[in-house]
Amino acid sequence: MRVQNYFKIPNISYRVWKVWLRNMEVFMKTIKVNFIPPFFEPILYLLGIGFGLGLFVREMEGVPYPVFIAPALISISMMNSAFFECTFASFVRMYYQKTFDAIISTPLNMDEVIFGEILWGSTKSIINASIILLVVSIFQLVKFPESLLIIPFSFLVGLTFSAIAMCFTAIVPRIEFFNYPTFLFITPMFLFSGTFFPLHVLPLPIQSISFTLFPLTHAVYITRSLTMGAIESQVILSLIWFICVAVILTILSINLMKRRLIV
Amino acid sequence: MMPVISAKGLTKKFDDFLAVDNIDFNIRKKECFGFLGPNGAGKTTTMRIIQCVSPKTSGSLKVNGIDAEEQPREVKELLGVVPQENNLDPDFTVFKNLMTYARYYGIPKREGKSRAQELLKFVQLEDKKNVIIEKLSSGMKRRLILARALINEPEILILDEPTTGLDPQARHLIWEKIMSLKREGVTVVLTTHYMEEASQLCDRLVIMDLGKIIVKGDPQGLVQKYIGSEIIEVDNKPETLTCILENKMSYEEFGDRVHIFTKEPKKFASKLMQRCKLDKVIIRQASLEDVFLTLTGKILRD
Repeated sequence: MRVQNYFKIPNISYRVWKVWLRNMEVFMKTIKVNFIPPFFEPILYLLGIGFGLGLFVREMEGVPYPVFIAPALISISMMNSAFFECTFASFVRMYYQKTFDAIISTPLNMDEVIFGEILWGSTKSIINASIILLVVSIFQLVKFPESLLIIPFSFLVGLTFSAIAMCFTAIVPRIEFFNYPTFLFITPMFLFSGTFFPLHVLPLPIQSISFTLFPLTHAVYITRSLTMGAIESQVILSLIWFICVAVILTILSINLMKRRLIV
Repeated sequence: MMPVISAKGLTKKFDDFLAVDNIDFNIRKKECFGFLGPNGAGKTTTMRIIQCVSPKTSGSLKVNGIDAEEQPREVKELLGVVPQENNLDPDFTVFKNLMTYARYYGIPKREGKSRAQELLKFVQLEDKKNVIIEKLSSGMKRRLILARALINEPEILILDEPTTGLDPQARHLIWEKIMSLKREGVTVVLTTHYMEEASQLCDRLVIMDLGKIIVKGDPQGLVQKYIGSEIIEVDNKPETLTCILENKMSYEEFGDRVHIFTKEPKKFASKLMQRCKLDKVIIRQASLEDVFLTLTGKILRD
Protein backbone atom coordinates (compact mmCIF):
# COMPACT_ATOMS: atom_id res chain seq x y z
CA MET A 1 0.00 0.00 0.00
CA ARG A 2 1.34 3.43 -0.92
CA VAL A 3 1.96 6.01 1.78
CA GLN A 4 -0.90 8.33 0.79
CA ASN A 5 -3.33 5.43 1.22
CA TYR A 6 -2.59 5.48 4.94
CA PHE A 7 -3.68 9.10 5.18
CA LYS A 8 -6.91 9.13 3.19
CA ILE A 9 -9.43 11.51 4.68
CA PRO A 10 -12.07 9.38 6.47
CA ASN A 11 -15.70 9.46 5.38
CA ILE A 12 -17.47 10.39 8.60
CA SER A 13 -21.05 11.56 9.13
CA TYR A 14 -23.12 12.42 12.21
CA ARG A 15 -23.77 8.67 12.55
CA VAL A 16 -20.48 8.32 14.43
CA TRP A 17 -22.44 9.46 17.46
CA LYS A 18 -24.39 6.18 17.45
CA VAL A 19 -21.22 4.16 17.92
CA TRP A 20 -20.20 6.40 20.80
CA LEU A 21 -23.66 6.09 22.34
CA ARG A 22 -23.56 2.29 22.14
CA ASN A 23 -20.38 2.23 24.21
CA MET A 24 -21.71 4.86 26.59
CA GLU A 25 -24.81 2.77 27.22
CA VAL A 26 -22.73 -0.29 28.04
CA PHE A 27 -20.64 1.86 30.40
CA MET A 28 -23.76 3.24 32.09
CA LYS A 29 -25.03 -0.28 32.85
CA THR A 30 -22.21 -0.74 35.34
CA ILE A 31 -21.64 2.89 36.19
CA LYS A 32 -21.14 2.39 39.93
CA VAL A 33 -18.41 -0.19 39.45
CA ASN A 34 -16.79 1.98 36.77
CA PHE A 35 -16.24 4.83 39.18
CA ILE A 36 -14.41 2.82 41.84
CA PRO A 37 -10.96 2.34 40.23
CA PRO A 38 -10.41 5.95 39.06
CA PHE A 39 -11.50 7.16 42.49
CA PHE A 40 -9.37 4.90 44.68
CA GLU A 41 -6.30 4.46 42.51
CA PRO A 42 -5.09 8.08 42.85
CA ILE A 43 -5.76 7.93 46.58
CA LEU A 44 -3.45 4.91 46.83
CA TYR A 45 -0.76 6.66 44.78
CA LEU A 46 -1.08 9.84 46.80
CA LEU A 47 -0.81 7.96 50.07
CA GLY A 48 1.97 5.60 48.98
CA ILE A 49 4.14 7.80 46.82
CA GLY A 50 2.96 11.33 47.54
CA PHE A 51 2.84 11.22 51.31
CA GLY A 52 4.98 8.09 51.95
CA LEU A 53 7.90 8.78 49.66
CA GLY A 54 7.13 12.49 50.13
CA LEU A 55 8.28 12.20 53.75
CA PHE A 56 11.82 11.78 52.43
CA VAL A 57 11.57 13.85 49.29
CA ARG A 58 9.65 16.70 50.92
CA GLU A 59 10.02 19.11 48.04
CA MET A 60 10.49 18.71 44.31
CA GLU A 61 11.11 21.76 42.10
CA GLY A 62 10.19 23.98 45.00
CA VAL A 63 6.78 22.47 45.80
CA PRO A 64 5.65 19.76 48.24
CA TYR A 65 6.00 16.32 46.62
CA PRO A 66 2.24 15.50 46.54
CA VAL A 67 1.63 18.78 44.72
CA PHE A 68 4.33 17.79 42.21
CA ILE A 69 2.86 14.38 41.43
CA ALA A 70 -0.86 15.32 41.49
CA PRO A 71 -0.88 16.54 37.83
CA ALA A 72 1.14 13.45 36.85
CA LEU A 73 -1.53 11.19 38.35
CA ILE A 74 -4.21 13.01 36.38
CA SER A 75 -2.21 12.77 33.14
CA ILE A 76 -1.38 9.09 33.63
CA SER A 77 -5.04 8.31 34.07
CA MET A 78 -5.89 10.21 30.85
CA MET A 79 -3.33 8.05 29.10
CA ASN A 80 -4.33 4.72 30.61
CA SER A 81 -8.07 5.09 30.26
CA ALA A 82 -7.88 5.97 26.57
CA PHE A 83 -5.08 3.56 25.73
CA PHE A 84 -6.62 0.52 27.37
CA GLU A 85 -10.09 1.30 26.05
CA CYS A 86 -8.91 1.41 22.45
CA THR A 87 -6.57 -1.57 22.72
CA PHE A 88 -8.03 -4.38 24.83
CA ALA A 89 -11.65 -3.24 24.93
CA SER A 90 -11.84 -2.30 21.24
CA PHE A 91 -10.09 -5.52 20.28
CA VAL A 92 -12.66 -7.55 22.19
CA ARG A 93 -15.48 -5.72 20.43
CA MET A 94 -13.80 -6.08 17.04
CA TYR A 95 -12.48 -9.64 17.24
CA TYR A 96 -14.48 -11.61 19.78
CA GLN A 97 -17.86 -9.88 19.88
CA LYS A 98 -17.97 -9.02 16.15
CA THR A 99 -19.64 -5.77 17.14
CA PHE A 100 -18.00 -3.87 14.27
CA ASP A 101 -19.25 -6.39 11.71
CA ALA A 102 -22.78 -6.05 13.02
CA ILE A 103 -22.65 -2.26 12.85
CA ILE A 104 -21.28 -2.01 9.32
CA SER A 105 -24.15 -3.99 7.84
CA THR A 106 -26.32 -1.00 8.75
CA PRO A 107 -25.92 2.41 7.04
CA LEU A 108 -22.85 3.12 9.19
CA ASN A 109 -19.42 2.59 7.67
CA MET A 110 -16.11 1.41 9.13
CA ASP A 111 -14.69 4.95 9.34
CA GLU A 112 -17.53 5.90 11.65
CA VAL A 113 -17.15 2.76 13.75
CA ILE A 114 -13.44 3.38 14.34
CA PHE A 115 -13.81 7.10 14.94
CA GLY A 116 -16.70 6.39 17.30
CA GLU A 117 -14.44 4.05 19.27
CA ILE A 118 -11.72 6.72 19.39
CA LEU A 119 -14.21 9.33 20.58
CA TRP A 120 -15.37 6.92 23.24
CA GLY A 121 -11.76 6.34 24.37
CA SER A 122 -11.38 10.13 24.62
CA THR A 123 -14.55 10.31 26.66
CA LYS A 124 -13.21 7.73 29.10
CA SER A 125 -10.19 9.98 29.43
CA ILE A 126 -12.41 12.96 30.34
CA ILE A 127 -14.40 10.89 32.84
CA ASN A 128 -11.35 9.49 34.63
CA ALA A 129 -9.41 12.76 34.61
CA SER A 130 -12.40 14.54 36.15
CA ILE A 131 -12.75 11.99 38.95
CA ILE A 132 -9.06 12.27 39.82
CA LEU A 133 -9.22 16.04 39.66
CA LEU A 134 -11.96 15.80 42.26
CA VAL A 135 -9.82 13.55 44.48
CA VAL A 136 -6.71 15.74 44.35
CA SER A 137 -8.74 18.87 44.96
CA ILE A 138 -10.13 17.26 48.13
CA PHE A 139 -6.47 17.01 49.24
CA GLN A 140 -6.04 20.65 48.15
CA LEU A 141 -3.19 19.86 45.79
CA VAL A 142 -4.38 21.90 42.79
CA LYS A 143 -5.21 25.51 42.03
CA PHE A 144 -8.62 26.67 40.80
CA PRO A 145 -10.00 27.94 38.46
CA GLU A 146 -7.03 27.12 36.16
CA SER A 147 -7.36 23.39 36.90
CA LEU A 148 -10.85 23.31 35.44
CA LEU A 149 -9.20 23.60 32.01
CA ILE A 150 -7.87 20.07 32.61
CA ILE A 151 -11.32 18.72 31.75
CA PRO A 152 -11.43 19.94 28.13
CA PHE A 153 -7.70 19.28 27.78
CA SER A 154 -8.19 15.63 28.76
CA PHE A 155 -10.25 15.19 25.61
CA LEU A 156 -7.26 16.10 23.44
CA VAL A 157 -4.95 13.80 25.40
CA GLY A 158 -7.56 11.04 25.22
CA LEU A 159 -7.93 11.50 21.48
CA THR A 160 -4.17 11.15 20.98
CA PHE A 161 -3.83 8.05 23.11
CA SER A 162 -6.97 6.47 21.64
CA ALA A 163 -5.59 6.98 18.15
CA ILE A 164 -2.21 5.52 19.13
CA ALA A 165 -4.00 2.57 20.72
CA MET A 166 -6.17 2.07 17.64
CA CYS A 167 -3.04 1.88 15.45
CA PHE A 168 -1.81 -0.99 17.61
CA THR A 169 -5.24 -2.64 17.54
CA ALA A 170 -5.10 -2.50 13.76
CA ILE A 171 -1.83 -4.42 13.58
CA VAL A 172 -1.69 -6.91 16.46
CA PRO A 173 -2.44 -10.47 15.37
CA ARG A 174 -3.75 -11.53 18.78
CA ILE A 175 -4.81 -9.83 21.98
CA GLU A 176 -1.68 -11.04 23.87
CA PHE A 177 0.45 -8.83 21.60
CA PHE A 178 -0.77 -5.72 23.42
CA ASN A 179 1.82 -6.60 26.06
CA TYR A 180 4.47 -5.15 23.73
CA PRO A 181 3.16 -1.58 23.40
CA THR A 182 2.22 -1.64 27.06
CA PHE A 183 5.69 -2.67 28.13
CA LEU A 184 7.72 -0.77 25.53
CA PHE A 185 5.69 2.44 25.30
CA ILE A 186 3.29 2.95 28.20
CA THR A 187 5.62 1.88 31.02
CA PRO A 188 8.59 4.05 29.90
CA MET A 189 6.24 6.99 29.55
CA PHE A 190 4.84 6.36 33.00
CA LEU A 191 8.36 6.75 34.39
CA PHE A 192 10.16 9.18 32.09
CA SER A 193 7.70 11.93 31.24
CA GLY A 194 8.41 14.26 34.11
CA THR A 195 5.88 12.34 36.17
CA PHE A 196 7.60 11.53 39.48
CA PHE A 197 10.78 13.56 38.96
CA PRO A 198 11.57 16.44 36.60
CA LEU A 199 12.67 15.73 33.05
CA HIS A 200 15.90 17.76 33.26
CA VAL A 201 17.64 15.24 35.53
CA LEU A 202 17.68 12.73 32.65
CA PRO A 203 20.57 12.51 30.12
CA LEU A 204 20.00 14.88 27.21
CA PRO A 205 19.26 12.23 24.52
CA ILE A 206 16.56 10.68 26.70
CA GLN A 207 15.15 14.11 27.40
CA SER A 208 14.80 14.81 23.70
CA ILE A 209 13.23 11.41 23.01
CA SER A 210 10.82 12.06 25.83
CA PHE A 211 10.00 15.48 24.46
CA THR A 212 9.49 14.51 20.84
CA LEU A 213 7.91 11.07 21.15
CA PHE A 214 6.11 10.87 24.48
CA PRO A 215 2.65 12.41 24.48
CA LEU A 216 2.59 11.95 28.22
CA THR A 217 5.50 14.40 28.61
CA HIS A 218 3.42 17.13 26.99
CA ALA A 219 0.32 16.09 28.90
CA VAL A 220 2.13 16.27 32.25
CA TYR A 221 3.70 19.60 31.34
CA ILE A 222 0.40 21.22 30.42
CA THR A 223 -1.53 19.67 33.31
CA ARG A 224 1.14 20.72 35.80
CA SER A 225 1.05 24.28 34.47
CA LEU A 226 -2.70 24.27 35.12
CA THR A 227 -2.68 22.66 38.58
CA MET A 228 0.03 25.05 39.78
CA GLY A 229 -1.58 28.02 38.10
CA ALA A 230 1.76 28.87 36.44
CA ILE A 231 1.06 28.93 32.72
CA GLU A 232 4.06 29.70 30.54
CA SER A 233 3.95 30.58 26.86
CA GLN A 234 5.55 27.20 25.87
CA VAL A 235 2.23 25.60 26.78
CA ILE A 236 1.03 26.73 23.36
CA LEU A 237 3.77 24.70 21.66
CA SER A 238 2.79 21.57 23.55
CA LEU A 239 -0.84 22.16 22.64
CA ILE A 240 0.03 22.50 18.96
CA TRP A 241 2.14 19.33 19.22
CA PHE A 242 -0.90 17.52 20.63
CA ILE A 243 -3.33 18.76 18.01
CA CYS A 244 -1.01 17.76 15.14
CA VAL A 245 -0.28 14.31 16.55
CA ALA A 246 -3.94 13.68 17.40
CA VAL A 247 -5.18 14.57 13.92
CA ILE A 248 -2.47 12.66 12.04
CA LEU A 249 -2.75 9.52 14.16
CA THR A 250 -6.54 9.50 14.12
CA ILE A 251 -6.50 9.50 10.32
CA LEU A 252 -3.73 6.90 10.22
CA SER A 253 -5.48 4.60 12.68
CA ILE A 254 -8.74 4.66 10.72
CA ASN A 255 -6.92 3.75 7.51
CA LEU A 256 -4.94 1.01 9.24
CA MET A 257 -8.12 -0.47 10.68
CA LYS A 258 -9.79 -0.42 7.29
CA ARG A 259 -6.82 -2.25 5.83
CA ARG A 260 -7.30 -4.92 8.49
CA LEU A 261 -11.07 -5.21 8.40
CA ILE A 262 -12.25 -4.37 4.91
CA VAL A 263 -11.21 -7.28 2.72
CA MET B 1 -39.03 -6.22 -15.09
CA MET B 2 -35.81 -4.79 -13.69
CA PRO B 3 -33.99 -7.30 -11.47
CA VAL B 4 -33.64 -6.34 -7.79
CA ILE B 5 -30.05 -7.48 -7.67
CA SER B 6 -27.99 -7.85 -10.79
CA ALA B 7 -24.36 -8.85 -11.08
CA LYS B 8 -22.26 -8.80 -14.22
CA GLY B 9 -18.77 -10.22 -14.38
CA LEU B 10 -18.55 -10.02 -10.59
CA THR B 11 -15.08 -10.98 -9.44
CA LYS B 12 -13.33 -11.01 -6.08
CA LYS B 13 -9.68 -11.78 -5.64
CA PHE B 14 -7.87 -12.20 -2.32
CA ASP B 15 -4.12 -11.85 -2.87
CA ASP B 16 -3.59 -14.89 -5.09
CA PHE B 17 -6.91 -16.63 -4.50
CA LEU B 18 -9.88 -16.11 -6.80
CA ALA B 19 -12.90 -16.39 -4.49
CA VAL B 20 -15.54 -15.24 -6.96
CA ASP B 21 -14.70 -15.73 -10.61
CA ASN B 22 -16.60 -13.61 -13.11
CA ILE B 23 -20.19 -14.51 -12.19
CA ASP B 24 -23.46 -13.13 -13.57
CA PHE B 25 -26.86 -13.40 -11.95
CA ASN B 26 -30.17 -11.54 -11.80
CA ILE B 27 -32.45 -11.80 -8.80
CA ARG B 28 -36.10 -10.93 -9.39
CA LYS B 29 -38.37 -9.02 -7.09
CA LYS B 30 -40.21 -11.11 -4.49
CA GLU B 31 -38.51 -14.38 -5.34
CA CYS B 32 -36.36 -16.55 -3.12
CA PHE B 33 -33.01 -17.00 -4.78
CA GLY B 34 -30.48 -19.53 -3.49
CA PHE B 35 -26.73 -19.82 -3.68
CA LEU B 36 -25.64 -23.41 -3.13
CA GLY B 37 -22.19 -24.80 -3.09
CA PRO B 38 -19.60 -26.61 -1.01
CA ASN B 39 -17.48 -24.71 1.52
CA GLY B 40 -15.17 -22.28 -0.21
CA ALA B 41 -17.37 -22.01 -3.30
CA GLY B 42 -17.63 -18.23 -2.98
CA LYS B 43 -21.18 -17.95 -1.63
CA THR B 44 -20.40 -15.92 1.47
CA THR B 45 -17.98 -13.69 -0.44
CA THR B 46 -20.76 -12.94 -2.92
CA MET B 47 -23.14 -12.14 -0.04
CA ARG B 48 -20.58 -9.81 1.52
CA ILE B 49 -20.20 -7.92 -1.74
CA ILE B 50 -23.99 -7.51 -1.97
CA GLN B 51 -24.04 -6.22 1.63
CA CYS B 52 -21.42 -3.60 0.72
CA VAL B 53 -19.02 -4.79 3.41
CA SER B 54 -16.47 -6.26 1.04
CA PRO B 55 -15.36 -4.38 -2.09
CA LYS B 56 -15.45 -6.29 -5.37
CA THR B 57 -12.30 -6.60 -7.47
CA SER B 58 -14.08 -6.08 -10.79
CA GLY B 59 -17.44 -6.36 -12.52
CA SER B 60 -20.63 -4.61 -11.53
CA LEU B 61 -23.23 -5.12 -8.84
CA LYS B 62 -26.48 -3.19 -8.69
CA VAL B 63 -29.19 -3.36 -6.07
CA ASN B 64 -32.45 -1.77 -7.22
CA GLY B 65 -30.39 -0.09 -9.91
CA ILE B 66 -28.07 1.52 -7.34
CA ASP B 67 -24.37 0.81 -7.65
CA ALA B 68 -23.32 -0.95 -4.46
CA GLU B 69 -19.86 0.56 -4.41
CA GLU B 70 -20.86 4.16 -5.13
CA GLN B 71 -23.81 4.40 -2.76
CA PRO B 72 -23.33 1.76 -0.06
CA ARG B 73 -25.49 3.57 2.52
CA GLU B 74 -28.48 3.65 0.18
CA VAL B 75 -28.04 -0.04 -0.62
CA LYS B 76 -27.65 -1.00 3.05
CA GLU B 77 -30.90 0.81 3.88
CA LEU B 78 -32.70 -1.66 1.59
CA LEU B 79 -31.17 -4.79 3.05
CA GLY B 80 -31.70 -6.96 6.08
CA VAL B 81 -28.81 -9.27 6.80
CA VAL B 82 -28.59 -12.55 8.69
CA PRO B 83 -24.84 -13.22 8.73
CA GLN B 84 -23.32 -16.66 8.91
CA GLU B 85 -21.65 -15.95 12.23
CA ASN B 86 -23.74 -14.77 15.16
CA ASN B 87 -22.83 -11.19 15.96
CA LEU B 88 -25.49 -10.15 18.43
CA ASP B 89 -24.30 -7.59 20.96
CA PRO B 90 -23.47 -9.60 24.10
CA ASP B 91 -23.40 -6.45 26.21
CA PHE B 92 -27.15 -5.94 25.77
CA THR B 93 -30.44 -7.74 26.33
CA VAL B 94 -32.61 -9.15 23.56
CA PHE B 95 -34.78 -6.04 23.36
CA LYS B 96 -31.87 -3.64 23.62
CA ASN B 97 -30.15 -5.43 20.73
CA LEU B 98 -33.09 -4.57 18.50
CA MET B 99 -33.30 -1.01 19.80
CA THR B 100 -29.60 -0.35 19.23
CA TYR B 101 -29.92 -1.67 15.70
CA ALA B 102 -32.98 0.50 15.10
CA ARG B 103 -30.88 3.49 16.11
CA TYR B 104 -28.13 2.58 13.62
CA TYR B 105 -30.81 2.76 10.93
CA GLY B 106 -32.03 6.12 12.19
CA ILE B 107 -35.46 4.79 13.18
CA PRO B 108 -37.10 7.08 15.76
CA LYS B 109 -37.20 5.61 19.26
CA ARG B 110 -40.98 5.18 19.52
CA GLU B 111 -41.23 3.57 16.12
CA GLY B 112 -38.25 1.35 16.98
CA LYS B 113 -39.94 0.20 20.17
CA SER B 114 -43.13 -0.83 18.46
CA ARG B 115 -41.25 -2.59 15.66
CA ALA B 116 -39.05 -4.42 18.18
CA GLN B 117 -42.12 -5.59 20.11
CA GLU B 118 -43.77 -6.84 16.96
CA LEU B 119 -40.66 -8.59 15.71
CA LEU B 120 -40.12 -10.37 19.02
CA LYS B 121 -43.65 -11.66 18.68
CA PHE B 122 -42.99 -12.70 15.10
CA VAL B 123 -39.93 -14.79 16.06
CA GLN B 124 -41.60 -16.02 19.28
CA LEU B 125 -39.15 -14.44 21.70
CA GLU B 126 -41.51 -12.11 23.59
CA ASP B 127 -40.83 -13.81 26.91
CA LYS B 128 -37.07 -13.44 26.41
CA LYS B 129 -37.28 -9.68 26.00
CA ASN B 130 -35.05 -8.78 28.94
CA VAL B 131 -32.73 -11.76 28.80
CA ILE B 132 -29.04 -11.26 28.15
CA ILE B 133 -27.77 -12.79 24.87
CA GLU B 134 -25.57 -15.51 26.36
CA LYS B 135 -28.62 -17.09 28.02
CA LEU B 136 -30.26 -17.80 24.66
CA SER B 137 -30.07 -21.16 22.87
CA SER B 138 -28.53 -21.18 19.41
CA GLY B 139 -31.96 -21.44 17.80
CA MET B 140 -33.17 -18.40 19.76
CA LYS B 141 -30.06 -16.44 18.77
CA ARG B 142 -30.73 -17.22 15.14
CA ARG B 143 -34.33 -16.10 15.47
CA LEU B 144 -33.25 -12.90 17.17
CA ILE B 145 -30.79 -12.21 14.35
CA LEU B 146 -33.65 -12.69 11.91
CA ALA B 147 -35.73 -10.19 13.89
CA ARG B 148 -32.81 -7.79 13.95
CA ALA B 149 -32.44 -8.08 10.17
CA LEU B 150 -36.08 -7.03 9.82
CA ILE B 151 -35.97 -3.93 12.03
CA ASN B 152 -35.53 -1.59 9.04
CA GLU B 153 -38.37 -3.29 7.11
CA PRO B 154 -36.02 -4.37 4.33
CA GLU B 155 -37.07 -5.01 0.75
CA ILE B 156 -34.36 -7.62 0.43
CA LEU B 157 -33.39 -10.16 3.04
CA ILE B 158 -29.95 -11.74 2.84
CA LEU B 159 -29.59 -15.02 4.70
CA ASP B 160 -26.14 -16.54 4.88
CA GLU B 161 -26.63 -20.11 6.07
CA PRO B 162 -29.54 -19.18 8.32
CA THR B 163 -30.07 -22.62 9.85
CA THR B 164 -26.59 -24.13 10.07
CA GLY B 165 -26.16 -25.96 13.35
CA LEU B 166 -29.82 -25.83 14.39
CA ASP B 167 -32.00 -28.74 15.45
CA PRO B 168 -34.91 -29.72 13.15
CA GLN B 169 -37.53 -27.86 15.21
CA ALA B 170 -35.59 -24.63 15.17
CA ARG B 171 -34.85 -25.05 11.48
CA HIS B 172 -38.50 -25.55 10.58
CA LEU B 173 -39.49 -22.50 12.58
CA ILE B 174 -36.97 -20.38 10.66
CA TRP B 175 -38.20 -21.78 7.34
CA GLU B 176 -41.76 -20.97 8.26
CA LYS B 177 -40.76 -17.38 9.03
CA ILE B 178 -38.83 -17.03 5.78
CA MET B 179 -41.82 -18.31 3.81
CA SER B 180 -44.19 -15.91 5.51
CA LEU B 181 -41.83 -13.00 4.74
CA LYS B 182 -41.71 -14.09 1.13
CA ARG B 183 -45.50 -14.09 0.98
CA GLU B 184 -45.41 -10.51 2.25
CA GLY B 185 -43.29 -9.58 -0.76
CA VAL B 186 -39.77 -9.58 0.62
CA THR B 187 -37.09 -10.69 -1.83
CA VAL B 188 -35.02 -13.41 -0.18
CA VAL B 189 -31.43 -14.24 -1.04
CA LEU B 190 -30.20 -17.37 0.66
CA THR B 191 -27.00 -19.38 0.88
CA THR B 192 -27.08 -22.87 2.25
CA HIS B 193 -25.56 -26.27 1.93
CA TYR B 194 -28.70 -28.00 3.03
CA MET B 195 -30.33 -29.21 -0.14
CA GLU B 196 -33.64 -29.75 1.59
CA GLU B 197 -33.63 -26.11 2.66
CA ALA B 198 -32.93 -24.98 -0.88
CA SER B 199 -35.66 -27.12 -2.44
CA GLN B 200 -38.19 -26.05 0.18
CA LEU B 201 -37.52 -22.34 -0.02
CA CYS B 202 -35.96 -21.36 -3.32
CA ASP B 203 -37.81 -20.44 -6.49
CA ARG B 204 -34.55 -20.35 -8.38
CA LEU B 205 -31.00 -21.13 -7.44
CA VAL B 206 -27.46 -21.35 -8.64
CA ILE B 207 -24.88 -23.93 -7.67
CA MET B 208 -21.40 -22.47 -7.22
CA ASP B 209 -18.11 -24.26 -7.08
CA LEU B 210 -14.58 -22.83 -6.96
CA GLY B 211 -15.87 -19.29 -7.42
CA LYS B 212 -17.93 -20.04 -10.52
CA ILE B 213 -21.62 -20.58 -11.11
CA ILE B 214 -21.88 -24.04 -12.57
CA VAL B 215 -25.66 -24.29 -13.06
CA LYS B 216 -28.73 -22.15 -12.59
CA GLY B 217 -32.42 -23.02 -12.61
CA ASP B 218 -35.37 -23.96 -10.43
CA PRO B 219 -34.94 -26.89 -8.02
CA GLN B 220 -37.33 -29.32 -9.79
CA GLY B 221 -36.05 -28.37 -13.22
CA LEU B 222 -32.46 -29.00 -12.19
CA VAL B 223 -33.27 -32.41 -10.76
CA GLN B 224 -35.12 -33.35 -13.95
CA LYS B 225 -32.41 -32.05 -16.20
CA TYR B 226 -29.39 -33.55 -14.48
CA ILE B 227 -30.74 -36.67 -12.80
CA GLY B 228 -34.28 -37.55 -13.94
CA SER B 229 -37.13 -38.28 -11.61
CA GLU B 230 -35.85 -41.40 -9.86
CA ILE B 231 -32.59 -43.03 -8.91
CA ILE B 232 -31.65 -46.64 -8.32
CA GLU B 233 -29.25 -47.30 -5.45
CA VAL B 234 -27.30 -50.55 -5.13
CA ASP B 235 -24.39 -51.76 -3.00
CA ASN B 236 -21.01 -51.08 -4.57
CA LYS B 237 -19.67 -54.58 -5.39
CA PRO B 238 -17.67 -55.82 -8.39
CA GLU B 239 -20.74 -57.79 -9.60
CA THR B 240 -22.79 -54.63 -9.53
CA LEU B 241 -20.43 -52.76 -11.78
CA THR B 242 -20.18 -55.62 -14.28
CA CYS B 243 -23.96 -55.83 -14.41
CA ILE B 244 -24.29 -52.08 -14.91
CA LEU B 245 -21.71 -52.08 -17.69
CA GLU B 246 -23.36 -55.02 -19.45
CA ASN B 247 -26.60 -53.09 -19.51
CA LYS B 248 -24.94 -49.83 -20.51
CA MET B 249 -26.47 -47.84 -17.67
CA SER B 250 -25.09 -44.48 -16.57
CA TYR B 251 -23.99 -44.56 -12.97
CA GLU B 252 -21.85 -42.92 -10.34
CA GLU B 253 -20.07 -44.43 -7.33
CA PHE B 254 -20.69 -42.83 -3.93
CA GLY B 255 -18.55 -44.73 -1.41
CA ASP B 256 -20.14 -48.10 -0.78
CA ARG B 257 -23.25 -47.32 -2.83
CA VAL B 258 -23.75 -46.91 -6.56
CA HIS B 259 -26.33 -44.52 -8.01
CA ILE B 260 -27.85 -45.44 -11.36
CA PHE B 261 -29.51 -42.78 -13.47
CA THR B 262 -32.21 -43.96 -15.81
CA LYS B 263 -35.53 -43.03 -17.35
CA GLU B 264 -36.94 -46.49 -16.65
CA PRO B 265 -36.01 -47.26 -13.05
CA LYS B 266 -38.44 -50.14 -12.53
CA LYS B 267 -37.23 -52.05 -15.56
CA PHE B 268 -33.58 -51.70 -14.63
CA ALA B 269 -34.17 -52.46 -10.99
CA SER B 270 -35.78 -55.76 -11.81
CA LYS B 271 -32.95 -56.53 -14.23
CA LEU B 272 -30.45 -55.91 -11.46
CA MET B 273 -32.32 -58.13 -9.04
CA GLN B 274 -33.29 -60.97 -11.35
CA ARG B 275 -30.52 -61.29 -13.89
CA CYS B 276 -27.61 -60.15 -11.79
CA LYS B 277 -28.97 -61.51 -8.48
CA LEU B 278 -28.22 -58.30 -6.57
CA ASP B 279 -30.02 -57.51 -3.35
CA LYS B 280 -30.63 -54.20 -1.52
CA VAL B 281 -31.79 -52.51 -4.70
CA ILE B 282 -33.66 -49.30 -3.88
CA ILE B 283 -35.61 -46.99 -6.14
CA ARG B 284 -36.03 -43.51 -4.74
CA GLN B 285 -36.97 -39.99 -5.80
CA ALA B 286 -34.07 -38.00 -7.15
CA SER B 287 -33.31 -34.89 -5.14
CA LEU B 288 -31.32 -31.71 -5.35
CA GLU B 289 -28.64 -33.43 -3.29
CA ASP B 290 -28.03 -35.81 -6.18
CA VAL B 291 -27.63 -32.89 -8.55
CA PHE B 292 -25.29 -31.20 -6.12
CA LEU B 293 -23.08 -34.24 -5.56
CA THR B 294 -23.01 -35.12 -9.25
CA LEU B 295 -21.98 -31.63 -10.26
CA THR B 296 -19.58 -30.69 -7.49
CA GLY B 297 -18.03 -34.11 -7.03
CA LYS B 298 -17.48 -36.05 -3.89
CA ILE B 299 -14.12 -34.73 -2.77
CA LEU B 300 -14.12 -33.27 0.72
CA ARG B 301 -13.56 -29.53 0.54
CA ASP B 302 -11.78 -28.35 3.65
